[in-house]
Amino acid sequence: MGGVRVLVGTRKGAFVLTSDGARKRWDVAGPHFAGWEVYHVKGSPADPNRLYASQTSGWFGQVVQRSNDGGRTWEPVGNQFAYDGVVGTHQWYDGTQHPWEFKRVWHLEPSPSDPDLVYAGVEDAALFRSRDGGLSWQELAGLRGVKGNLWQPGAGGMCAHTILLDRAAPRRVFVAISAAGAFRSDDAGETWRAINRGLESRYVLPDPDAEVGHCVHRIARHPSRPDVLFMQKHWDVLRSDDAGDSWHDVSGNLPSDFGFAIAVHAHEPDTVYVVPIQSDTEHYPPEGKLRVYRSRAGGNEWEALTAGLPQSHCYVNVLRGALATDALDPCGIYFGTTGGQVYASADAGDHWAPVVRDLPAVLSVEVQTLP
Amino acid sequence: MIRVVLPPHLRALARVDGEVGLEVHGPVTQRSVLDALEAAYPVLRGTIRDHATRRRRPFLRFFACEQDVSLAPPDEPLPEAVAKGAELFLVIGAIAGG
Repeated sequence: MGGVRVLVGTRKGAFVLTSDGARKRWDVAGPHFAGWEVYHVKGSPADPNRLYASQTSGWFGQVVQRSNDGGRTWEPVGNQFAYDGVVGTHQWYDGTQHPWEFKRVWHLEPSPSDPDLVYAGVEDAALFRSRDGGLSWQELAGLRGVKGNLWQPGAGGMCAHTILLDRAAPRRVFVAISAAGAFRSDDAGETWRAINRGLESRYVLPDPDAEVGHCVHRIARHPSRPDVLFMQKHWDVLRSDDAGDSWHDVSGNLPSDFGFAIAVHAHEPDTVYVVPIQSDTEHYPPEGKLRVYRSRAGGNEWEALTAGLPQSHCYVNVLRGALATDALDPCGIYFGTTGGQVYASADAGDHWAPVVRDLPAVLSVEVQTLP
Repeated sequence: MIRVVLPPHLRALARVDGEVGLEVHGPVTQRSVLDALEAAYPVLRGTIRDHATRRRRPFLRFFACEQDVSLAPPDEPLPEAVAKGAELFLVIGAIAGG
């Protein structure tokens, strides 16, 4: 029986939660980088002991940490993220143009096949790549060439928060940005196209069907069906069956189609999870009930998963990077809250229990399935 | 020997305890002290001064001889007592937040 390692980024450090395949008893290690915001921690699929962490601070800026022993020890690597060429400008809140300014790394995505190849999605939105294990970073500037002058920050900043790589098609990369939209490269990140047809942002954009400017919160995919994508937009849960060329709404019977996180079951490509949030002004679960919703039909038909989750007086949020799945059987589902709880389900969401209750606000959750 | 005190988070990052001793050749200024600090501890690059602009990060302050020298020109000589190692050059995290 294998085990799992859950990598948790919080407002005040990183935590590593480990368990055996039963996923009942947990060892909690941390905080690593105590007092720093840790936006994301992720392990290399090619070498599970190689982890990368984004450590950031309003005082001290960005640090990228690397571990070669599964998170027991860490070493800082490169933290210079220089935009390529002329920095350029994007749209500011008042409609004027504003220069790109690096603020932090939101997402680190190691290659499926090379532990030293890793991508970083940053704020102000851009994609960087390191081929030397994070020692140095180079921007893939073609991404910002897709009408970057029309991108704009959302309330959380203008961040590249989602990167999807494909082991079977290593030249294909998906990126999602708030508030710009989703983008795809088919040549390893050199050139890009916006893939936002079917997204509608009424009262957000002057043109609700604009090519860019949509506030995409997260996209997810099952590796066996690389052209099927699921999206949690600011409002709306959507699906694409053609690698993002077109999208259609699959919000169906959700109590709210606002939310941040979305994930796909490890073994059932049509089983999708979201955590509905009341609205973009309240940022807590509808009716104060923390419910994960599961669709086994690839969207539209959703069931509430509540066993073990608080069903009254719950006003936490679940952020875009804070929902993840393991690859054990049955599939494990995990999410963290802004209240500092990390919940786990070892039976695909039917039953839940807290792993920890009192961490700092959780920014991200990733899971490694260990042999 | 120039004596520099870092805020706790940067001491942890650089894996140093207490103050840092630096040899600075030539005029002792904010810029030459920080250049020497970053040369001795490359992990601190970008954490005190922005990588791109080389300017002090907004929520850090520099003190010498009980004076806030944060806004002084970076090439202005620091007090002689700092240059001689009698007084500390302090990098301090500004009080910010709530």
